[in-house]
Amino acid sequence: MYKYDQYDHAMVEARVAEFRDQTRRRLDGSLTEEQFRPLRLMNGLYLQLHAYMLRVAVPYGTLNSRQMRMLGDIADKYDRGYGHFTTRQNIQYNWIKLEDAPDILADLATVEMHAIQTSGNCIRNISSDQYAGAAADELVDPRPYAELLRQWSSFHPEFTYLPRKFKIAVIANETDRAAMRLHDIGIKLVKNDAGEVGARFYVGGGMGRTPMIAPMIREFVPLDQLVTYAEACLRVYNRYGRRDNKYKARIKILVHEIGAEEYTRQVEEEFAHLLGQGVEPPIAELERIMAFFADPPFEAGAAGEIDRSDPDFALWVDRNCHEHKQAGYVIATVSLKPVGGIPGDASADQIRLMADLAKEYSFDELRVTHAQNIVFPHVRKADLYTLWQKLDTAGLGTANLDLIGDIIACPGLDYCSLANARSIPIAQKISERFAQGGKEDAIGELKLKISGCINACGHHHAGHIGILGVDKKGVENYQLLLGGSEAEDTSLGRITGPGFDEDGIVDAVEKATDVYLAQRKDGERFLDTYRRIGIDPFKEAIYE
Amino acid sequence: MKILTGNDLKTGAVTWWDGSGWSLHVEDCADVGDKGEDIIAREQAARRVFAAYVIDGEKTDGGIRPAHIKDRIRALGPTVRPDLTLKPADPEAGNWVI
Repeated sequence: MYKYDQYDHAMVEARVAEFRDQTRRRLDGSLTEEQFRPLRLMNGLYLQLHAYMLRVAVPYGTLNSRQMRMLGDIADKYDRGYGHFTTRQNIQYNWIKLEDAPDILADLATVEMHAIQTSGNCIRNISSDQYAGAAADELVDPRPYAELLRQWSSFHPEFTYLPRKFKIAVIANETDRAAMRLHDIGIKLVKNDAGEVGARFYVGGGMGRTPMIAPMIREFVPLDQLVTYAEACLRVYNRYGRRDNKYKARIKILVHEIGAEEYTRQVEEEFAHLLGQGVEPPIAELERIMAFFADPPFEAGAAGEIDRSDPDFALWVDRNCHEHKQAGYVIATVSLKPVGGIPGDASADQIRLMADLAKEYSFDELRVTHAQNIVFPHVRKADLYTLWQKLDTAGLGTANLDLIGDIIACPGLDYCSLANARSIPIAQKISERFAQGGKEDAIGELKLKISGCINACGHHHAGHIGILGVDKKGVENYQLLLGGSEAEDTSLGRITGPGFDEDGIVDAVEKATDVYLAQRKDGERFLDTYRRIGIDPFKEAIYE
Repeated sequence: MKILTGNDLKTGAVTWWDGSGWSLHVEDCADVGDKGEDIIAREQAARRVFAAYVIDGEKTDGGIRPAHIKDRIRALGPTVRPDLTLKPADPEAGNWVI
């Protein structure tokens, strides 16, 4: 994985020193909160419901064990013994003290991490496929391109004060595990007819209060023009994106209002102009970055069989492991969704254990997924049973990947100052309800996503079943959505009708799954059945 | 009744105006009547609190209860982690906010 050079180190260390001074001046009264707020947000430090919250960037979700260990140590030393992995492949801590924040950033810098651009109207952490560099069916490893864009976007002077925040995803696979078309810019690496790798650009997607699926605006951008094209996309947005209304300020609104065709025309015009400006880094820089993402030293001829004699282990293999490009290896996902647990939370001990296990069994590498789980990308099949046993002993062996218990949930009103309703208790009740009597198994793949407000951090629009918490005259109320997807078959869910209270929404979810079980045909997922029969049979059952 | 809440500058902890200072416990709240904004201006200038605001509350048998669920969760802590609330020994403490 990528290693900082002297410029990266210098930038991050300078930022730590700068923020330490800003914090000192806030504490001694030289800065008011109004003056300090944008400065702390530029360093990922929010004020949430109970305390300051620090969001730490995990570029494209990739970590080494030393970094992961540091995340666990920070949870113990500065927080309350746990961290929360987020839907942007980051981690956040809920109980941070302002006076500790500069020290935390200094600790992070020692392992080549920071919290820069995890807040504010700038280009945020770039996300990617959590199986990048390991999946058997990917075109290329997308992470070098994500890293190139990370370097381009970090401290980019022109894009520090965009109309609104800006999110980019990069994938290189027909299977979309990064919700690519629900980003401000989604980039899919593809091959053209000549066999050359290039970038397909989708612009203007997003969730939030106005969910939109990004249209494709350029089928193929040569790799030696990738940054220039991204710059053109941002420039048009920065110039014409609305700044008078924050709810209409995302690029999806611009693209929608002027139309994809006109937006594309303007981008192409800007692109043509920029081609002569020397924006693009030399291809040697991309090649330098690519060298950091070379395959680890896989063992040739590693054993190809897994001993499945332990049925619990066999179940975990079937559900949580994915085919690897290298014979004798698998990709293993650790579910952070134990039955009745808090989605995405991990204790400091669990974080450190995963760090140690990654060092021993996964070439020192881990990934954070946007579904709030952790991936060991390169595990020898021969080591898999031992790995699972160690995970299971620590409460990390849950076998429910992509099942109804593998719920994405935002922190909701238990932690978030923007939320209208709690998300986590709903996730816990659904998880417990469906774990009983084998119903989770019977249903199979079903992606359920919960947001505690319209900002949609829990991706409710894109859940096969989505739940949106709203404030109904001071009381929590939950709307049900059906039919969303953030995979390669991207779609937006539809609201079924009037909302429910906390218990009612769990019953409504169960009724929806009962309709599916009664009507599904061979091999259909919940989403397939929904798409075949439409929303009406579900509404009839839910509101009968 | 009108009560004041905000956050401690150094720690970020949720605090409540008790009439002479800031308490971690909502049950200590004083009724500030129409003086809330004046108190906030003075206390924020002295950096004893920040992000302070006035809310409605009511006296109940169980103590002072903020009118809105968001402030009740602020007063208690996350309902899904009773061990991290101000009443860690009470696993049912979260019910107070509903």
